[in-house]
Amino acid sequence: MFTSTFRGGIHPPQMKITAGVPFENLSIPHLCRIPMQQHTGKPAIPVVEKDQFVKEGELIGKADGLFSANVHASIPGRVTDIGFYPTPYSEKGLCVVIEAEGSFSSDSFSEKKDISSFSAEEIKEKVASAGIVGMGGAAFPTFVKLNPPSDKKIDTLIINAAECEPYLAVDDMLCRNYAEEIIAGCTLLMKSVSVEKCVIGIEDNKKHAYKALQNAVSSDKRISVIKMKTKYPQGSEKQLIETLTGRQVPSGKLPMDAGVIVQNVGTAFAVYQAVCFGKPLIERFITVTGSIVKKPGNYKIKIGSLITDIIEECGGLTEEPAKILLGGPMCGFPLPSTDYPVIKGTNGVLFLSKKEAGNDKYDPCIRCGNCVHICPCGLMPYELGNAVEKGKTDFYQSLSPLDCMLCGSCAYVCPSKRPLTHFIKIAQQYVRSKK
Amino acid sequence: MAENNEKNKMILSSAPHIRAGYSIPHVMWLVVFALIPAASYGVYLNGLRALWVILTCVASAVFAEFLIRVLLKRSVTVHNGAAVITGLLLAMNLSPEFPLWMAALGSFFAIIIVKEIFGGLGFNIWNPALAARAFLMLSWPGHMTSKWHQFSDGNILSGSVVNSGISDQAFTIITGATPLGALKEGAVKLAESGLDVSSLHSVLFSNSMLKSLFFGDVGGCIGETSVLFLLVGALILLVTGVITWHTPVSYILSFSTVIFSYYFFTDSSEPVRALLFHLLSGGLMIGAFFMATDMVTSPVSKKGMLIFGAGCGLIAASIRLFGGYPEGVSYSILFMNTLVPIIDRYTKNKVYGKR
Repeated sequence: MFTSTFRGGIHPPQMKITAGVPFENLSIPHLCRIPMQQHTGKPAIPVVEKDQFVKEGELIGKADGLFSANVHASIPGRVTDIGFYPTPYSEKGLCVVIEAEGSFSSDSFSEKKDISSFSAEEIKEKVASAGIVGMGGAAFPTFVKLNPPSDKKIDTLIINAAECEPYLAVDDMLCRNYAEEIIAGCTLLMKSVSVEKCVIGIEDNKKHAYKALQNAVSSDKRISVIKMKTKYPQGSEKQLIETLTGRQVPSGKLPMDAGVIVQNVGTAFAVYQAVCFGKPLIERFITVTGSIVKKPGNYKIKIGSLITDIIEECGGLTEEPAKILLGGPMCGFPLPSTDYPVIKGTNGVLFLSKKEAGNDKYDPCIRCGNCVHICPCGLMPYELGNAVEKGKTDFYQSLSPLDCMLCGSCAYVCPSKRPLTHFIKIAQQYVRSKK
Repeated sequence: MAENNEKNKMILSSAPHIRAGYSIPHVMWLVVFALIPAASYGVYLNGLRALWVILTCVASAVFAEFLIRVLLKRSVTVHNGAAVITGLLLAMNLSPEFPLWMAALGSFFAIIIVKEIFGGLGFNIWNPALAARAFLMLSWPGHMTSKWHQFSDGNILSGSVVNSGISDQAFTIITGATPLGALKEGAVKLAESGLDVSSLHSVLFSNSMLKSLFFGDVGGCIGETSVLFLLVGALILLVTGVITWHTPVSYILSFSTVIFSYYFFTDSSEPVRALLFHLLSGGLMIGAFFMATDMVTSPVSKKGMLIFGAGCGLIAASIRLFGGYPEGVSYSILFMNTLVPIIDRYTKNKVYGKR
């Protein structure tokens, strides 16, 4: 069958060693360190006090304005500290530390309501109060996406199930296990922005997930599941839109300028749980993986769990890691230590050994053109790299660095191992600072 | 806090955290590997003297790179194989009887003047081996164009050519040059001796001659004669992804168009045979697959490669047909090398989402 795709792209080894490994609940951590900033925008404002007892799912941080998100207690217990700790967003981010105490009430989120009983406004309000953010990694507050300015005409909801990052398999497993819940989430999201068309894009290497989704949508003619070629970065928002709708998001604009709203499958699932069960975003599924993890798998974890505890729960590591990444190997965020919490946008934790991490030595550009051929954004990465290396700042703007979404493909294919993505980031910062 | 320091030993670097499994040495040594069949055949055809030329060029190229990089206080990178390619390509573009000290000088010129002075690997404008060949051609044209392997007394055309129905005198004149030389000068020489000019084409465009050209049983530079072995090498490069089809195909197509049109409109007797003769002779194959595809000195985009190849083909064919030299491949590539920055400028990718 014809599978859609986009310009450029690469085929890194998939390394999905946890694909097909059933979800498992990690045991409740004794401590959760919950950052107030787990999303793009302003950090939440703590609404609890030290030594206060909180229930599971209780609001502990209130969204600071519209471009922010609520934060909830992921375990019941005592607030032992409200202070600054390292988080993925900041070396010193405000966190609420909760030490587990008391018990879970088993019926807290079990009352299910019919999905057709909600109005668009109700759905949006529940999404906002549950503190839902994009679960694919960027953690953009979902409420903001569901409220486009009135002059933007949205006609399609796109659900991102591509999961093109190597190693990660959490979206794959989510679709296999919770296809109906995801479709219900899609229905709710469609209603909230009043669109009549929903397209779920999934790479053709996830056959089981594709089938599960197909079966789940069968009754709803408005939702379609589209198989896409397995190619990195298929899950990038702009490439996904191009693949599924043939539209391009204008340079410097947002998906809504192309008439679409993109949500991750994980987000659709969280929306379903928030709306139908009133469950805030306090836990999520993540892939814990890497050749040095003793028990790699897909785990349900409480938000705010520390990497240290997760390592222990996964049976430990066979050797000292050289890199710890939040996310996959292409776009993942490197952590300086294990003393970091998992947050709402974390879709995986990847441990790389010294050998896998390689070294950072690089050679001059030999103009092989690989980066030019594969750049999904249509940039000239080698020129940007050379300009940054030589400090030719006046060239940056003409090379459109801001159109780069930092997918890392250029650096991946470079035979000289040039850190092109890093160079482009430098150009981006420079161009932004001059604006 | 010792424990904390102990923990903070992770490598922090920008994404991506994995890289494709190839590197510069990987690419370069693959090219060397792909050149070995044709080079080996050159030694087989021309004898051990050809091996000496190859070894001299390679060794002096590697030594030159080592020396200049030490003098310029750059890191020594001879292990990456780039200098080996330059030396090998230069040798393959020299006659098997070429004086060794001149060959060594050519390698020094290629590495020091053409490559390292411009900044080293990645920064040179012209293909080092070809620029060195042009330098040697200007300096010692006699040595470059007259000392060929003799298949039999006075015959430097081909080891398997047989006289079928033309006068001995005409046959001697025709076989006294390499294929392209014979084509360029043959008609004039035959006319000067008052002989039948048409015998030239009957020998050069014959089936047996075309076959010799394909397998490489003809006079010429060490590495350029066997089209078969060059294509084997080209296949290795194409399959491993070191080169793409764009430059060579565009080169050969535009070259063929010019050659075919010329023979079709001026000398309509055998345009197809004439085209085949041109395709199989001289440095076209080694040029199109191994030199025009040099990453550093060719355009980066596929569109640019098509333009680059088309320009090469046009110039090479024009020099062969109308120029003073029998062969134009090396100058065509050098000339187009010069235009690469302009080609690159006008063949940029179209930015996603920009009109």
